Formats: sequence, C-alpha cells, structure tokens
Amino acid sequence: MIEFLRMHGPPLIEGLRVTLQLTIGGAAFALVLALVAGLGRRSRRPWLRWPATTYVELFRGTSAMVQLFWFYFALPFFGVSLPALVTGIVVLGLNSGAYGAEVVRSAIDNVPRGQWEAGRALNLGERRILFRIVLPQALPMMLPPAGNLLIELMKNTALVSLITLSELTFAAQVQRAATLQTVPLFALTLLIYFLLAQALLTGMRRLERNATRHREKRA
Amino acid sequence: MIWSWEYAFSILPEMLRAFVVTLQATVAGFALAVVLGLAWATLRMAPVRAVARTAYWIVEFVRSTPLLIQLYFLYYVLPEYGVSLSPFTIGILALGLHYACYTAEVYRAGIEAIPAGQWEAARALNLSASSTWLRIILPQAVPPTLPMLGNYLIAMFKETPLLAAITVMEMLQTAKLIGAESFRYLEPLTITGAVFLVVSLIASYAVRRLEIRYAIPR
Repeated sequence: MIEFLRMHGPPLIEGLRVTLQLTIGGAAFALVLALVAGLGRRSRRPWLRWPATTYVELFRGTSAMVQLFWFYFALPFFGVSLPALVTGIVVLGLNSGAYGAEVVRSAIDNVPRGQWEAGRALNLGERRILFRIVLPQALPMMLPPAGNLLIELMKNTALVSLITLSELTFAAQVQRAATLQTVPLFALTLLIYFLLAQALLTGMRRLERNATRHREKRA
Repeated sequence: MIWSWEYAFSILPEMLRAFVVTLQATVAGFALAVVLGLAWATLRMAPVRAVARTAYWIVEFVRSTPLLIQLYFLYYVLPEYGVSLSPFTIGILALGLHYACYTAEVYRAGIEAIPAGQWEAARALNLSASSTWLRIILPQAVPPTLPMLGNYLIAMFKETPLLAAITVMEMLQTAKLIGAESFRYLEPLTITGAVFLVVSLIASYAVRRLEIRYAIPR
C-alpha cells in the first residue's frame, strides 16, 4: 500500500495540479462568458442578442469533446495553433459558459418585474437597476445550478487527456501502462476526482450560504 | 479556400455510417440508463437506512467522477476478470451505468412529488407493495419526468464521442481517422460538429414540446 502510493502518488499529484489548472482556468473563463452571453441574450439590441444566442446554441448543441478536437486539430488550418493546456481551458470555458449563460438568463428572468418598475419609479438608470437591484437578487438563484455546472466542467477536464495534455486521467493511463496495476490505480484516480468534486460542492454551498445570509437574519 | 466541398462530400457516406453507430450507442445506453435508474431510485428510497445510504453514495460517486475514467476502468478491468466484451458493448455499458445515476435523481423527484394520500389510499385498499409501485405510484410519477429524461438523452448523445477513446468507430473516431489519413481534419470534424448541432437542436425542440404537454397546471 505505502509502496504503491510512493510509486504512483507523485505522478498522479502532478496530474491533479494540471486538472486543477484546467478547472480553475476554465471556470473563470466560463464565468465571464456566462455573464456576457446571458446578459447579451436578454438585450434589446439585435447586434448583442444574435451573437450571444448563436454562441449559446452552438456550444450547447455540439459535444464538448468534438469542440475540443475541433479547436485542437481543425483550428490550425486557419493558422491558429494553441497549446493543449490553452485549448483545454478555452474549450472548457466556452462549453460551460454557454450552459452558464442560460443559468444567468433564467435567474434574471425570474427576478419579479416589479423590481425593474420600482427602480424606474425611483428614476434609476437601466444599467444601475440591473447591476444594483436585479443582479444581486438573481445571484443566489444562479448558485445551485452553477455548482452543478462546475462539477460537469471538472469532469470534462478528463477529456483534455485525449489531446495529449498530461492531467490526472492521462497520468493514470501512463502509470497503468507502466505497471498494469489497473484496479488500484483507477480506483485511486476515481477517488481523487470524487474528493475534488466534494471539495468544489462544499465551496459552492458555502458561497450559497453567504449569498443568502441576509435572508436568514431577517427571518 | 480552406474548406473543400468536394472533399466534404466524398467523406460524407463514411461519416453517416459512423453516425449510425453513434445513434445505436445512444439508444442502447439510454435504454439501460432508464431501466437501471429506476432500480437506483427505488433503492435510494428503501426503508432500510443502510441500503438507502449506500445507494446514495454510489450514485454520488458515479455522478461526480468523469465518464472517461469509468470507461477506461470497464475497458481494462473487465478482461482481467475474464469478461471480454467488444469496445462497443463496453461503451454502452459505461454510458448506461453513468446516466442511470442521473435518471435515478429524476425518478426520485417524480416519485417524491406524488402526494402522500396516494400511498395511504393504496395501503387502505390493502394493495401489495409491488402493485402499489407498479399500478399506483409509477404510472403517475414517470410521465412528468419525461422532459427531464429527454434532456439527459440529449446530454448522453453528446457524450458518445467519448467512446472514441476505447476505439469505437463512432463519428469522432471516424473523423479523426479520416483526418489522419488525408491530413485534412477541418472537414470531418466540422461535419461531426454540424451533425451533433442539428440533432441536438431538433431533440431540444421535441423536449420543449414534451414540457408543454406535461407542464404542471398552476
């Protein structure tokens, strides 16, 4: 057992480091895209609404793995070659961002219309109403589905192993090929992913509690 | 011009054959997920706490770990125990086992939405456990879950390219091989993406129709 961990532990931890980079980088990129595209889809201006809608439908409608391969193998034909890590972060971000945009949009849609009307009655500008009144109320609604998307993104980082990036899944494959200890090795890898998911869920739950704490105080 | 229509048309028949494999994997995997999910859902609601807790953690575990590693696990481990299945069968098995843990949650939500009075009425009429489930609870619980199940069917369809990792000749694997033979990846990969897009858009429309049909009246 100790021998097993001493032998396979360090390469797996090295892989986990890359998995974390992919998860964090992809999530950060997805967050920005989700907000921009989610707001864009609700815009009255067609030149904002159409690109946002096209982006969301395109990346929700095609498979994450196809997107990954397209960016890695087909994009170079347009003269753009990105390294595997960058491709991974960009594709994971684009993919989750499209799903996230729908979360942002539906949360904003679910803020009662009276909030907009009250803001207008107080003579606040549209942008001010959106950022100071509507978004702060929409945020707690976004967090639970955002947590699910974060887990999906983390799971999708395993796909990046298929474009030769040595993240956790790739490291497990390399170790397996070296020693053929398939069962303990893959069981350990699955356990690492599971613990990572639990850590992410705990973090998201804490955020949720933080975002709704004013409600508890009032109750 | 980077894109060649002539080349795109020449590879189309091969891509369509691969699309059939993708569809077969989706349908078979989902059939497994629909049946197995119901088993998980009933186990999770088992009266014995230990059974319910165990089922909960197994479902959680499978849901929060990558399908790709699960796929590898089955692909490399099953032969060690003397079970030799084709990569295609293993792919269907992995898809079905993975998505069963999602459909289980869908069923559970549907079952929990059934008013307690239905259970009590079944007990009052002295119905057995099996007829309570099969004739009273499930016929009411399952139809409203159809839109959610439809969403997972689409999600699973979009995950079938993972089977390329264990050499199943579905669309992505075929696109990759065509690309490697001719050094032209753009056309096969773009066709693959386009097929996924078209099928998902049509399927999403169908799911929206289901949602309207089974909308909870307010």
